[in-house]
Amino acid sequence: MKFSTKSFEGIPPVLSIENLTVGLTGNPGAKPVLNGISFKIRAGETLCLVGESGSGKSVTSLAAMGLLPKSALEVTGGKILLQDRNLLDLNGRQMRDMRARHLSMVFQEPMTALNPVMRVGQQIEEVLNTHVKISAKEKKQRVLDIMEQVHLPDVDRIYRSYPHQLSGGQRQRIMIAMALILEPQLLIADEPTTALDVTTQRQILSLIAELQAKHGTAVLFITHDMGVVAEIADTVQVMKHGELVEQAPVETLLRNPQMDYTRKLLQAVPSLTPRPARETAPVASALTVQGLRKVYGSSGWLVNREPTNAARDVSFEIPRGRTLGIVGESGSGKSTVARCIMRLIDPTEGSVKVGDLEIATLGRAALRPHRRHIQIVFQDPFRSLNPRWTVGRSLVEGPLNCGEDKGAAMTRARELLALVGLPPDAIDRYPHQFSGGQRQRIAIARAVAMEPDVLVADEAVSALDVSVQDQVLKLLDELQQKLGIAILFITHDLRVAAQICDDVLVMQKGRVVEHDTAANVLGNPKHPYTKALIEAAPGRDWDFANFRELNAASA
Amino acid sequence: MIGYIFRRVLAVIPVITIVAVFVFLLLRLTPGDPAAIIAGDAATPAQLEKIRTSLGLNDPLPVQFATWVKHLFQGDLGISLISNTSVSSMIADRIWPTINIAVLTIILSVLLAVPMGVLAAWRHRTWVDYAVMSFSVLGFSVPVFVIGYIFIQVFSIELRWLPVQGYTAPSQDFAKFLSKAILPCLTLATIYVALIARMTRASMLEVLGEDFVRTARAKGVSETVVLFRHALQNAAVPILTIIGTGFALLISGVVVTESVFNIPGIGRLTVDAILARDYPVIQAMILLTSALYVFINLLIDVSYSLIDPRIRY
Repeated sequence: MKFSTKSFEGIPPVLSIENLTVGLTGNPGAKPVLNGISFKIRAGETLCLVGESGSGKSVTSLAAMGLLPKSALEVTGGKILLQDRNLLDLNGRQMRDMRARHLSMVFQEPMTALNPVMRVGQQIEEVLNTHVKISAKEKKQRVLDIMEQVHLPDVDRIYRSYPHQLSGGQRQRIMIAMALILEPQLLIADEPTTALDVTTQRQILSLIAELQAKHGTAVLFITHDMGVVAEIADTVQVMKHGELVEQAPVETLLRNPQMDYTRKLLQAVPSLTPRPARETAPVASALTVQGLRKVYGSSGWLVNREPTNAARDVSFEIPRGRTLGIVGESGSGKSTVARCIMRLIDPTEGSVKVGDLEIATLGRAALRPHRRHIQIVFQDPFRSLNPRWTVGRSLVEGPLNCGEDKGAAMTRARELLALVGLPPDAIDRYPHQFSGGQRQRIAIARAVAMEPDVLVADEAVSALDVSVQDQVLKLLDELQQKLGIAILFITHDLRVAAQICDDVLVMQKGRVVEHDTAANVLGNPKHPYTKALIEAAPGRDWDFANFRELNAASA
Repeated sequence: MIGYIFRRVLAVIPVITIVAVFVFLLLRLTPGDPAAIIAGDAATPAQLEKIRTSLGLNDPLPVQFATWVKHLFQGDLGISLISNTSVSSMIADRIWPTINIAVLTIILSVLLAVPMGVLAAWRHRTWVDYAVMSFSVLGFSVPVFVIGYIFIQVFSIELRWLPVQGYTAPSQDFAKFLSKAILPCLTLATIYVALIARMTRASMLEVLGEDFVRTARAKGVSETVVLFRHALQNAAVPILTIIGTGFALLISGVVVTESVFNIPGIGRLTVDAILARDYPVIQAMILLTSALYVFINLLIDVSYSLIDPRIRY
């Protein structure tokens, strides 16, 4: 692992935050959201702000931009100095002048962060319209110029495109172009690669590094991904509950973390080394998929579109009590496969057998009694539970639909809550009263309540912090051992796949490119695409949990 | 784009056909002899026979329908039973006042309501927001004729600023048209201002919470640009839907206002026709308003795709 070793001795800070405190608006007695944060970033330096969700990373960045939601949060003390000017003293107009000229921000989700009804070229140009007075021709030239700098292909066409016509990576390049066109001294990047595929993430990270080197920009990089930290940070700040826990140059922090919290955070990072596969006893297959194919958008009335093969020739088998992971980038067809198996969408052709029962061709009504044998846990626990229903009602809905007695179902729901590690009183509470990890436990309990043979987990831990991720993965493992469920685990995260899967299937563009045991796929990949995926995983040479190089153990 | 519009226009054909069949059957399938209904109680058998022949009532139904549709295409909507003049010319005389009033009303409503809604959303949960919302509730709850009479009492009788009633065509004297039309239009506009302002506020509130609004602010653009350039266009689809439906409702629903302000529009034509059982006129009015609804819906659908490039069917 090559860490950054740049020295910033004697370089004056671009941004210094001194004793910054942010509290809830109109509620001075409440515990502050940020409690006396101080740090500095110097020209050319990349400072990574890490911590779990709710630790105050984003609040810090929004405070610096002057973009805190006024009705909810306000700065109650401290200074934010950008080259000796305290941003907190500026009025609205002066602060607007600073944005994009002296400090800019790139956001997490490039799909929603761009205005969907405005051409991207105009959106970049708007920065110039707002801040500088030059001719229209010159403006356009500068926009095309920065678009070249962020390595967008065919800039004339992309200039006229709308966001939905571009890929995720291209949209994030547009965001970066917008942020850097006026060469600000400070760039704040708030989880800029979290929503991107690993290979795209790698490109965006190197693009930021390249532009930073070229313009000497100071970068405040917010992330929860320790792999990314290892790749790009000069300095790391660890945050917890609105306070700074530890600050150190990257290598020092990863090798010698001083604080317990930092150590715990690093130990929760799942390892890329696959866990030892479980023994394969010859047991009956719980789910058998053969030649599954899904085609979208064949021609209809007056419409003639090229049909898309979202999935083709997908075949696999999961024995009881084992876990198969499907990995691949967005658009590879992994979720399509999950939905076909669930019969949330109808496969175009192929066979899906749960036990011995063919469900791919069953009609809606005939399928209903069999639905309980195969259940799903979705990615986002904030949206997959009905916010107006108590947890108990969500848990018993499925069993009641299958004709179970209400009293028995409620008793069972209480047992399930205990099984997934939630208190019994959770049954009368509402989803918003729980954290993300707890909600995902509820979602799992809901799926397990149906006593399924197969559990499909579609990116079930991707929205969670690593420490919570670890707990949920352990829970799935426990449930599997107790109940003997077969799990189909869909993920884009190779580290997660390495931790939970016995076998791994790699998909690309709707096809299976590799299918073998987890140890073989991740340890000794055959297909170039699998190799590229592993290659792109950030921080892959570092063993975070043991604070050392990955090969140090064997060496 | 062109292909999309073409497909949408094609899809209008079955709707209009169904309406036409319904309107045609309305008279033919009413219980009793249509000729007797038309001729009235005092008609002689000879008169009845004459009416039957002139309406083609002795032909089989499909033939009658074909003849009727043929006449429709020639712009012939039949002859009024009361005034004995052609229905198309009666409508042509009366439609312009109605359309002029409706257009002015919608323009007034949009000019008032959209800024109100935007402001209310921007200053969410402040007195501005509460004022707009209170006005909106009031606008919904007070009946149109009450508002109309209050306006007449205040502006025409007490202040003597504007005429009490009447209508002048804008082509004749535009200033006079405005002075006479402004009260009925404001009266009609009240409810649409309430409706559109509410819809604008709700739609804007949603959009203002979105990431790209934060991006726009992070670029340093002014609040005006954030609101009207970035947010409003994204909030426009539901607002436009309300405006379109509002316009269609206006044309067919101006009966009360036209009576209060004595405007010779199609609202009064319809009322008179219904009271006098003037079937050909009623038929023509149903056909006309349905066609109008369909056309306005088409217009709304097409404008969606102009506002939002992601909408492609």
